[in-house]
Amino acid sequence: MAGCCGNRIDQGAGLATIRVMAIRPFSPTSARRSLGEMPIGEAVVIDRHGLDQLISSLAGRGYRVLGPVVRDQAISIGEVHGTDDLPEGWHDTQAPGTYRLEHGDDPALFAWAVGQDSIKADVFPSRSVVWRATVTEGSVRLEETVDRTPPTALVGARPCELAALGVLDKVLGGAAGGDPLYSRRRAGFVLVAECGTPSGTCFCTSMGTGPAAGEGFDLALSELLDEHGHRFLVRAGSDKGAELLDELSAPPADAGDLEARAAMLEDAASHMGRHLDTDDLPGLLARNLEHWRWDDVASRCLACGNCTLVCPTCFCATVRDTTDVGGGVERERTWASCFDLAHSYLHGGPVRETTRSRYRQWMTHKLSTWWDQFGVSGCVGCGRCITWCPVGIDITEECAAIRAADGERATSA
Amino acid sequence: MKTSFAEPVLQGPGPLVPHVYRVVDRRRETEDVVTLFLEPVEDPGFSFRAGQFNMLTAFGVGEVAISISSAPGVQGPIEHTVRDVGAVTHALCRAAVGTAVGVRGPFGTDWGVEELVDEDAVVVAGGIGLAPLRGAVTHLVDNMARPAAARRPGSRTHEPGRGRGARVVLLVGARSPDQVVFSEDIERWREAGAEVETTVDLADRSWAGHVGVVTTLVASQQLDPARTTALICGPEVMMRFTARSLLEKGIDPDRIRVSLERNMQCGTGLCGHCQLGPLLLCRDGPVVTFGGVVSHLLSERER
Amino acid sequence: MPESIADLVAEHPLLAGLPGDVAALVAGCARNVAIGAGDLLLSEGDEADTLYMLRRGRVALEVRRPGHGALVIETLGPGQVVGWSWLFPPYSWQFDARATEPVGALSVDAACLRAKAEADPAFGYELMKRLASVILDRLQAARVRLLDLYGEGSREGDDRGPRGRETLAR
Repeated sequence: MAGCCGNRIDQGAGLATIRVMAIRPFSPTSARRSLGEMPIGEAVVIDRHGLDQLISSLAGRGYRVLGPVVRDQAISIGEVHGTDDLPEGWHDTQAPGTYRLEHGDDPALFAWAVGQDSIKADVFPSRSVVWRATVTEGSVRLEETVDRTPPTALVGARPCELAALGVLDKVLGGAAGGDPLYSRRRAGFVLVAECGTPSGTCFCTSMGTGPAAGEGFDLALSELLDEHGHRFLVRAGSDKGAELLDELSAPPADAGDLEARAAMLEDAASHMGRHLDTDDLPGLLARNLEHWRWDDVASRCLACGNCTLVCPTCFCATVRDTTDVGGGVERERTWASCFDLAHSYLHGGPVRETTRSRYRQWMTHKLSTWWDQFGVSGCVGCGRCITWCPVGIDITEECAAIRAADGERATSA
Repeated sequence: MKTSFAEPVLQGPGPLVPHVYRVVDRRRETEDVVTLFLEPVEDPGFSFRAGQFNMLTAFGVGEVAISISSAPGVQGPIEHTVRDVGAVTHALCRAAVGTAVGVRGPFGTDWGVEELVDEDAVVVAGGIGLAPLRGAVTHLVDNMARPAAARRPGSRTHEPGRGRGARVVLLVGARSPDQVVFSEDIERWREAGAEVETTVDLADRSWAGHVGVVTTLVASQQLDPARTTALICGPEVMMRFTARSLLEKGIDPDRIRVSLERNMQCGTGLCGHCQLGPLLLCRDGPVVTFGGVVSHLLSERER
Repeated sequence: MPESIADLVAEHPLLAGLPGDVAALVAGCARNVAIGAGDLLLSEGDEADTLYMLRRGRVALEVRRPGHGALVIETLGPGQVVGWSWLFPPYSWQFDARATEPVGALSVDAACLRAKAEADPAFGYELMKRLASVILDRLQAARVRLLDLYGEGSREGDDRGPRGRETLAR
């Protein structure tokens, strides 16, 4: 049985054209691909109705189901009640400082790459109350704050987003008790949709975070759209996921389906928009702190902080106490950015005063010192920082420039 | 069939929620420095090591990282010496006896003085830097094995049953005589046998100590690098220069400990503000060894 | 047996490690002196004619400010030197130097020293190197004090960030 690989949906004419990239003859060994190896029997095949059933099951179990939706002309994250809410037929074009979403007639639900939203906002809300207190006549009564948000089921997360959750687990869920709000919000459900259509700014393969789903998912699906129909290969990665999947009593995937998935992943891997050479990247950046490239990027960077806003792993937060006239005190935690001038305030002024030092801080933290602090890279290769930078700064390009001139220093400070 | 999931978390006192303490006493050290004596309202208390810090909350104003200035293992209220430099510290410095103060902690790394047995200790404090060192110096002085009269550099009087003792050299720098903190403690330590020298930037004739920078005092000490550990705390520039002076005396950079400071907002490694290169100072510091990455970090601009 | 002036000179950290003939040359201009507590070694405005190599006791460098009495700008002790205004014209002291406790020092005649340095450039160079090192250290220390490190911290700002508006620095 021949399998086809990859789907490349053409727009323009409004017709869905399936371009067959290659025909691979079936053989037991070719069923196992290096990308996301999966033995026959592990995955089942469901159709769109089956996906609707999964979503209903999750809602029925009390989860708040979030997923990709089109909002404000971008793939955003919103409440999902069924597959009708998913971005059917939507396709993105991304480049440094550029994002465009266009609609086609094809039935593909997941033929797009990530937009500006990430699930970070749900497990690590942009504003949360840490505690409340009432202060009267010098006595303080601290009140319990209770997070009553139902757990979230994220349907249609991309592999890079799953990887970002894994990074946040190490940062916010880690030692010294971690963040209790994160730990609670994290106890949800993740259904990953593997990638077939990377965008112009994607580089998950460079970071080892995609296009196949890595560890930590409850369910992972691959959308297949070819002459055998529109279907989804689904496999479980946890007991929670397996339990849900079993309810569907779906037929197992056959070798052809597995082939198609493998081909899709290989095609995606070979069409990444960007590439980041990670060879000794932490060391490269650590020894080039006075490189002239930092001055160069600083002349372009607006220190607007967009990159930190859209980055799925940026976790800096500012803690602030506020009062009301009734003697109430609240400690709130809000997202902060290292690009903010006040971020490094100490003894009357910021330690990192120049844009140069702040850009350097962000990039060296993300790609170098994150390893020292948390044992992993802070970057998952999602490309959001490149797309959403108003002046189109590309960290893969910045790294390449430093690497090409390793050891060169700025002449002036 | 409903999947069970975590019940809403009740956030009582924990790493992020302060315990309520009360100011039971206060002492003005200098014009803008106050020591607060705190006792818990309900908390059973906690144990800490010299060099660690707490996050103190002035309710309605904010929270700030302040080193614990009392000695560990001592009965009584916990002490924090606060300098008035902003809104929160201003409120803390003005806190009258009876005021409620929030306490979270202890956080961070400590001076490690408990392990300095049979080692000479050189402690260099600049300005209010003596506050985070106070507990450490008290411990070192209390555990000196030799009486004061027998203590001379180079002499090793052996006291039967107590092993070879160790020197405690304390060098204190301040802006002017009225800015020297813990004068009574300094005298007490001197009487107990610590070798104490104080220096100020400028003074009038009534000042009996040195005038000049503390690094000059370091240069004039007789030290045995084979058995000397140094503890430094003060403004970062002062610590950098002092460390260099000690290196010039042959002290091993891995035996020089400094207490670093950055903007701290959570104390638990979650908010990202206190980063210094690869270090999260609330978690990997504030006390760090000068050798290795730190000496480079302190020389890098705007890091 | 009491040490000779040459021995005392050679022992002093200023000249430590230099060949014996250098110490001997300096010793030829030197005498051992004792200064009582509270007495002046040198006075601002007077002719600068002596290099003091301190052996014992403490000396305070002072400056007189009307309305403020005498301010001590530096204290010096055993192993250090006082006075270098004798090196160059107008050979005039810039500060007072007062013994704050009984002081023992080597008092070296400056004119004698200058003459020997002119006559023997090799000796003069060694002496200059040592004196320059002392002056460098004092300059560095003075610069550090200019930073007023202990005065850092502002009463104007919040502990976390500047009150009011922030300016965007580039």
